Amino acid sequence: MQLIACPWCGPREEVEFSYGGQAHVPYPDSPAELSDEEWAHYVFFRDNPKGRFAERWNHSAGCRRWFNAIRDTTTYRFERVYRLDDPKRGGTELASSRKEGTAP
Amino acid sequence: MTSPFRAPEGGRIDRAGTVEFTFDGQVLTGHPGDTLASALLANGRHQVATSIKLGRPRGIAAAWAEDPGGLVQIEEPFPEPMLLATTVELHDGLAAHGLPGQGRLADVPDSARYDAVHHHVDVLVVGAGPAGLAAALTAARAGARVALVDEQSEAGGSLLSGTERLDDAPALDWAADAVAELAGSPEVLHLQRTTAFGSYDDGFVLALERRTDHLGAAAPKHVSRQRVWRIRARSIVLATGAHERPVVFADNDRPGIMLAGAARTFLHRYGVLPGREAVVFTTNDSAYDAALDLRRAGVRVQAVVDARPEGSPRREECEHAGIRVLSGAVVTGTQGVERVTHALVAPFADGAVGPSSAIACDLLLVSGGWNPAVHLFSQARGRLRYDEVLGAFLPGEALDGLTVTGSAAGVFDLAGCLADGQRGARAALTALAIAPAGEDRLPATPDPVVPTAPLVLWRVPDTSGADGSTSFVDLQRDATVADIARAVGAGLRSIEHIKRYTTIGTAHDQGKTSGVLTSGIVAELLGIPVQATGTTTFRPPYTPVAFAALAGRDRGRLFDPERVTALHEWHVAAGAVFEDVGQWKRPRYYPQPGEDMQTAVLRECAAARTGVGILDGSTLGKIDVQGPDAAVLLDRLYTNLISSLKVGSVRYGVMCGVDGMVIDDGTVLRLAEDRFLVLTTTGGAAKILDWMEEWAQTEWPDLRVHCTSVTEQWVTFPVVGPRSRDVVGAVFPGVDVSNEAFPFMTWRDTTLDGVPVRLARISFSGELAFEVYVNPWYAVAVWQRLLDAGRPYGITPYGTETMHVLRAEKGYPIVGQDTDGTVSPHDLGMAWAVSKKKPDFVGKRSFARPANADPLRKQLVGLLPVDRETVLPEGSQVIDFLADGQLPPPPVPMLGHVTSSYRSAELARPFALALVKGGRERIGDTVHVPVNGTLVPVEVTGSVLVDPEGARRDG
Repeated sequence: MQLIACPWCGPREEVEFSYGGQAHVPYPDSPAELSDEEWAHYVFFRDNPKGRFAERWNHSAGCRRWFNAIRDTTTYRFERVYRLDDPKRGGTELASSRKEGTAP
Repeated sequence: MTSPFRAPEGGRIDRAGTVEFTFDGQVLTGHPGDTLASALLANGRHQVATSIKLGRPRGIAAAWAEDPGGLVQIEEPFPEPMLLATTVELHDGLAAHGLPGQGRLADVPDSARYDAVHHHVDVLVVGAGPAGLAAALTAARAGARVALVDEQSEAGGSLLSGTERLDDAPALDWAADAVAELAGSPEVLHLQRTTAFGSYDDGFVLALERRTDHLGAAAPKHVSRQRVWRIRARSIVLATGAHERPVVFADNDRPGIMLAGAARTFLHRYGVLPGREAVVFTTNDSAYDAALDLRRAGVRVQAVVDARPEGSPRREECEHAGIRVLSGAVVTGTQGVERVTHALVAPFADGAVGPSSAIACDLLLVSGGWNPAVHLFSQARGRLRYDEVLGAFLPGEALDGLTVTGSAAGVFDLAGCLADGQRGARAALTALAIAPAGEDRLPATPDPVVPTAPLVLWRVPDTSGADGSTSFVDLQRDATVADIARAVGAGLRSIEHIKRYTTIGTAHDQGKTSGVLTSGIVAELLGIPVQATGTTTFRPPYTPVAFAALAGRDRGRLFDPERVTALHEWHVAAGAVFEDVGQWKRPRYYPQPGEDMQTAVLRECAAARTGVGILDGSTLGKIDVQGPDAAVLLDRLYTNLISSLKVGSVRYGVMCGVDGMVIDDGTVLRLAEDRFLVLTTTGGAAKILDWMEEWAQTEWPDLRVHCTSVTEQWVTFPVVGPRSRDVVGAVFPGVDVSNEAFPFMTWRDTTLDGVPVRLARISFSGELAFEVYVNPWYAVAVWQRLLDAGRPYGITPYGTETMHVLRAEKGYPIVGQDTDGTVSPHDLGMAWAVSKKKPDFVGKRSFARPANADPLRKQLVGLLPVDRETVLPEGSQVIDFLADGQLPPPPVPMLGHVTSSYRSAELARPFALALVKGGRERIGDTVHVPVNGTLVPVEVTGSVLVDPEGARRDG
């Protein structure tokens, strides 16, 4: 059982956390202006990379806060975790992360 | 009473004590300190069982968990299958019998306790042999928080099986001093009889402590029988030792054939002579100790058969003791039926076997070298490396936070193990930035004898004519060299495939003696290096663990938490029949004497529709939403407009996912400009709180709003029916309950004897109704007041079944029953609850998808069976006839399915709700529902079957 480092609580057992899928997929500013296809991409489409992936996690059985993490999907290792208000947003080098505020 | 094969002296048993036990119905005796295996051997009994497929006699072949032969079923004190005689500690009253590979689970409940403990340490040391004790001492002396676990009944590891000396005294004296020193270290937890059976990520290790198994009937009831230790270690030192490996030859499975090291264990630890006349077959020096020790104990050692042409430097020592050593020779086969009687010995050179001759023996000891116990290292995803010299797999890389030491790392001499244990602990301390103690001396060892290199020999060529079909690799699975050859011949190359094809390594012992042998034999057959073959994956558990131990306290009533309302005792006293709703226990109905569910529910329904009923609705989810932006959050999450709600009023709302499908519904009370009480379904309470939190935190962190579950802070009693106003008015005289002063979908606060009470005109039945909210502390008192005031009107408590019937009659859907994640508000006929004013809310954009405008979407409708008799089973399919009145050819297209179905007191007939394709267009049509092979005609109706005008809600 892995330890996951909650940015607020520190390392805790993985069973205290729940997974929230890909990070940095913001709710579109004006959904009404999106085409059906663009909207479908927001609702249903997510990246599934082999390797480093920016993800959302929730410390659901702890402080109940959401945070983001960079995790390697092949080793399960958490490279780092960061708060939602972290201006660095997990680094820009992640190919899989989408630019904020733009439609896919 | 003296057992015939008990050595006159020696062993760590208590010879003054006698233990009586039963095996295969025969009463035998042993001593405290025996295992079942050592006691059987002391009584001259080698055969324990017959094999699973071939029925061949099998006996004790090793001294601990690696034994592939001695499977037993325990009958007393509690039935337990598939244990090894070698690991069952003897106690008075133990009754067991041998098992041919399959046992019998207990048919009585296990009354023993099992529990679990979490433990956090700096350094976990697994194994209390020389390396482990040295490591634990080094870590403890540095002041680290240490756990030392070991699977045996006492510490010492291999020292328990030998005669080694340390500091010029018996090595076990040093072990005893080490244990005493650890016991005096406040930060050390030392557990014996504790098997670390799984190693996982980030230093997490599971260990099973057998706390009372060895006590038999004397086990104190208040102590858990077994305990799972969940240890989180910052650093792990593995000192798990090594398993001796046999050599495969024809008929190598007879009772009386055993690993050489096991014979030493039986002799030195248990004072047992495993035979009278022994032959020792070896490929390495370690078995010479067994030959010499047995000779000293009085066993006639007929020969040491050493496969190496050059033999061993210990030859002289043996010959001095009168033991013949045959170098460059192998055992090619055996004779005997229930016990080995002869070893067939032949010269062996360059892989070729000469003519054999028979040597009489009742004990054949075998040693093919040692396999480091790398299980826990490998489970933690450590890669293994094949060592050509040892013929064994060793840890092949360093793992963060895990060090392998001693013979588990391929170090086989005592001085080396002690030093390696100390090294491992120091490495762990360094990584943890804990300074080692200044004084950390290792005991002095005698000058080690430099061993000669072992010969790596997996199998002896089969000259018996059986073509390897009696050369057993996995005794538990009756799998032979011939089986491996067949697998390879069938084209299998991967060791994982060969494992599954032959079943080798899949039995009780998970291949402890057979795994590496198989890799070696496969490599030989394929002509590839053993490194290329590799091993199968090591998976937890290292040794079998009972499900009861894994379940621990989490069984029976504690398996899943039970939630009960503040009125639970009242419901029980009232004879309620309960149902599980999530974790809640809710009264389903309250049968009166002689009533079945149907009669009770019809009575309860009639009371609510014609007089007054009362429900314990306390399980309803309640979320207190507060903050200046509370209304903004709710506007974005509900399909309808919440911000326009006036303080004092209530609104029904629907929530959708971003895909536009309904995820929950409920009512919202506006308590203040910046405060709402959100009511969710019972099952949706936690989910909706999570949903609100997720959006508030991740998308709209700028909103000043907080959401708090208050489900358990309020009990809720809907008082329902045309006479509910009389009842509520009588109990709360301070409230004007008239329709004008207290209209539908409003709430009022009041007090009862100074206790704050909230009343809300919300109806889940279509009837005039008041929901009464109060602190659970006052639940029973308020409930009783309502019952007392309702008595003149025949107030009737009703359960969830009646609640469901009443709401279904009104077409109110239950999210999760009448919906399934593909149902939009429009499909439910709730377009009225979807705001057209709001520019956006979660789910809105999805409503504009073309699929949502499909006229053939499934829509919620009512169904009335034409026969007025059939209660359609929920989940039944709805189908249509062709225009000619015939069934369409199969597969018959499905129009939809029944989601709710009940008998209605009000309608005096059964009815149902269903999701039907284009359902609203079909109102008035007759469709069919197959029930038990007959097609029941049903009329499609609107979903609201009772009071469609809504005339009753105001009384």
